[in-house]
Parts: sequence; C-alpha cells; structure tokens
Amino acid sequence: MKKTNPNINKENKVISIRGLKKAFEDYKVLRGVDLDLYQGENLVVLGRSGTGKSVLIKIIAGLLKLDKGHVNVLGQEVNKLKPKELDELRLKIGFSFQNSALYDSMTVRENLEFPLLRHSRDLSQQEIDNLIETVLDAVGLAQTINQMPSELSGGQRKRIGIARTLILRPEIMLYDEPTAGLDPITSIEINNLINEVQKRFNTSSIIITHDLTCARDTGDRIVMLLDGQFQRQGTFEEVFNTNDERVKAFYDYNFIE
Amino acid sequence: MDTDEPVIKPPKRRYLISRKVDRVFLNLYDVYTFVLRFFKEVFFPPYEFKEIIKQFYEVGLRSLPLISLTGFIIGIVFTNQSRPSLTEFGATSWLPALISIAIVRALGPLVTAIIAAGRVGSSIGAEIGSMKVTEQIDAMEVSATNPYKFLVVSRVLATTLMIPILMMYTVFVALMGAYVNVHQHEQTSFATFMVDVFDAITFLDIFASVFKSFLFGFTIGMVGCYKGYNSSKGTEGVGKAANSSVVTAMVLIFIEELLTMQIINAIRSM
Repeated sequence: MKKTNPNINKENKVISIRGLKKAFEDYKVLRGVDLDLYQGENLVVLGRSGTGKSVLIKIIAGLLKLDKGHVNVLGQEVNKLKPKELDELRLKIGFSFQNSALYDSMTVRENLEFPLLRHSRDLSQQEIDNLIETVLDAVGLAQTINQMPSELSGGQRKRIGIARTLILRPEIMLYDEPTAGLDPITSIEINNLINEVQKRFNTSSIIITHDLTCARDTGDRIVMLLDGQFQRQGTFEEVFNTNDERVKAFYDYNFIE
Repeated sequence: MDTDEPVIKPPKRRYLISRKVDRVFLNLYDVYTFVLRFFKEVFFPPYEFKEIIKQFYEVGLRSLPLISLTGFIIGIVFTNQSRPSLTEFGATSWLPALISIAIVRALGPLVTAIIAAGRVGSSIGAEIGSMKVTEQIDAMEVSATNPYKFLVVSRVLATTLMIPILMMYTVFVALMGAYVNVHQHEQTSFATFMVDVFDAITFLDIFASVFKSFLFGFTIGMVGCYKGYNSSKGTEGVGKAANSSVVTAMVLIFIEELLTMQIINAIRSM
C-alpha cells in the first residue's frame, strides 16, 4: 500500500475538469465528469475497459475534442487554446502511452533526442547527452541507449516511453494503462518507477488503469469511473469499502491479495 | 456527481443525399483539406531537414537498382518489339527516333511513376499507417511536434522532387538498353544513335515529362501519406493502407497521364 505523498498541495489544482461530456456517434462515453488533480498528487482513474478512461486523458492532452464541459490544465482551458498555445501547454504534460508508442525507426537515443531537438534548440550536444543519461538512469536503462525499440522487452519499452516524456521535465504525467500486458514482477517495477518519478521530478500524475495492484501501489487518491461518471473516490480502502455491487465485482474479479 | 442531469444527445445524423453519397463528399473534403495543409505548411519553418534527406535517400537512391533493371529491360524489349513493323517498311533507321519519342514522352515517366507507386507509395502508406495504429503519431502530437510536417511534408517533398530525377535516369537507362539492341542488330554507332534520339525530341517533350513526373511524385507521396494517416485501427488497417496507396496512386497516375497528354498535344498543335 502506498503512503500518501506529504508534498501534495491541495491549494493548487493543476487539472480541474467540470461537467465533461464526450460521445462517439450515439455512444456516450463520458457523461458529466468532474475531476481535480492537485499538485504533487498521483491520482488513479480506475474503470473497466471501454469506460472512457483513455478518452479522458486524451481530452486533457488535447488529442480529442470534448463535446461539453470545461477542462482546465495549469490554468488554461484546453478546448479554447490555439494550436501554438496548445503545443506550449503540451510541453508541460508528459503522456505515457499504453503501447509505449516509441518511434520504431529510431534508436532509444534518437527517441529521447526527438522532443529535445525540437523544443530545446539552444542546448549543446553535451547538454543533450547529459539529459538523456539522466532520464535513462532514472528509468534504469542506461545500457539500452543504442538499441532499437524492437530489441526491447515490453517493460523496457514502457520505461523508455516514460523516459521520453520525462526528458522535457513535464509538470503533469498522464499514464495510460502503464502495466497493461506486463508480467506481475515487471508491473511492480513500473509501479515503483511511477512513484519514483513523482518524488524525483515532483510531478502530478493521472494514472489510468484497471489493474488494482497498480492502483493500490501508485495512487494517493483513487477515482472510479462507472457508467461515464466518477462514482467513488478516496483512498484505496475508501473506494472499495462499499456495498455497490459494481465496485465489489470489480474488486472480486480483479484483485488477489 | 450529477447522475440525474440530462445527458447531451449527439446531433441527429441527417444526410443530404444518402449516407454513402454524403460520405464520398466528406472524404473528398478530407482529401482537399489534407492536400491544402501541405501547401500551408511546406513554405514555413521549422523544416525537418534530417527527415527530408532521409526520405530523399529512401525514395531516390534505394529505388535505383529496380529502376535500372526495369528501365534497361524496357529499352531492349520495346526496341525489339518495334523492329518487325519498321522492317516491313524498310524503316529500321527510324528506330532510335521512335524509341526516343516513346521513352521520353510516355514510357519513362510512366514506368518510373508505377515503380515508385509500388515501392515507395506502399511503404509510405504502411509506415505511416503503422505509426498511426501504434499511437506514434499521437506521441509526436503530445510532444508538441507537428506530425504532419515531420511525416507528410518530408515524404511528399521527397517524392515530388526525386521522381523527376529518377525519371531522367530511367529514360537514360532505357535508351542505353535500346542502344544495345540497335547496335546489336543494325551496327549503329553510339554517336549516330544519340544524334537520332535528340533530333526526334523537342524541348516541349522534355518539359512535359519533367512536369508530369513532378505531378506523379506529388500524387504518390500524397496518396501514401493520406492513406496511412487515415488508416483504421489494427494491423488490417495498415495492410489496407499500403494496398490502397498503390492502387489509388496508379489510377490517379494514369488519369493524370491521359490529361497531360491531351494538354501537351493541344499545345504542340498550336
């Protein structure tokens, strides 16, 4: 069980979502979502597959447009930003994709250099090398620097994906199913890495998952997405200490203590 | 949590003509905006020079072996197949002129474009399609990099600029193949062959071929990128994008060939 991070600043909301609605054709995915993420907090969004968890963080990152509601990230309304302003905001958001989304025609080094070469043009090659070394050390994969993504294991790919987002020093991290498809040991390593990133880089994170071990080990607070809305929120015990059959079923079927 | 609040209803779908016809027009609009975006982005920095040079290499240098072989064989075969008809009229001395006109005006640009559509178009469609389904394009977007500029502009520029160069190379290699055949049968010297070749063609022929090749190159790059960029989820979508890139590009190339031929003939007869 994770100890709640003492550095959470409840006075400072880095993400604030009100009345968020999103539908695809006739399928209403998000039906009025309200959510706050505080500075320094790891917030886990739990829910079954297809309940709109990934849609939620894609809207936060501006990859999908919302139908209705307000999404405020670091004081800016995401849906009202011009492309250039959105790009500037995105530099403060790290997005770790479910399948890592490493550029498979590039080596690990080139993957990590990719955002730097475009957004930190004043850096010397030595400074770039130092940054790459720092983030690779942070994810414990310094030896993979010249490897291609196809040569890495699933867990290593996840780690490099996280390293690539960390290289621009984001204030917010969005993790989409960070432990999906990984064995239990690697999953625990990824959970530890998420907590390490929170401490070392002082990030605020939203972790999308249906893995209860991941939720328990990484979340300072957990919210549960059911029927397009957040139905329960609190610590791990608070969320699952309920008679709501839908929540109990989720716990019973997915969690082995 | 406002569970009782009425949920917004997505707008009711109304079709102007029918679902299918509307979709055709919507797709056409999509293509229009996709192509228009190229012209909006190509003239403004930042430029992805490294990626552009990489694509020049992929499109140009890596096509050379296939182009060389195909061009040379086409030169030999076309010359060989044309000889009997000319022999009937005792006009084999016209072979270099006939070959030169056919290769410079039509075969060179068309063969280069078809080979490029098959080799380059399909690879662009598959590569971008696979990047789309594995969320690599989304990853670029969230790292505040313009994926259109990095992927589409660089590839379309490479095909547009490299296909004319490849076309000139194909024409040269095909003429060499033709020369080998002519020399073998008619013992024509290289100098005589080349004089006959250049006597038969005009500046308009060369200009038209280069212009067509720019058009074909733009088409191949744009179709490959569009199909890849709009591929549906899953590996099946990637396969379809690659296949559809080749088929669509070829159909468009033949239509463009037909149209440019009519226009050039009209100019020639003025």
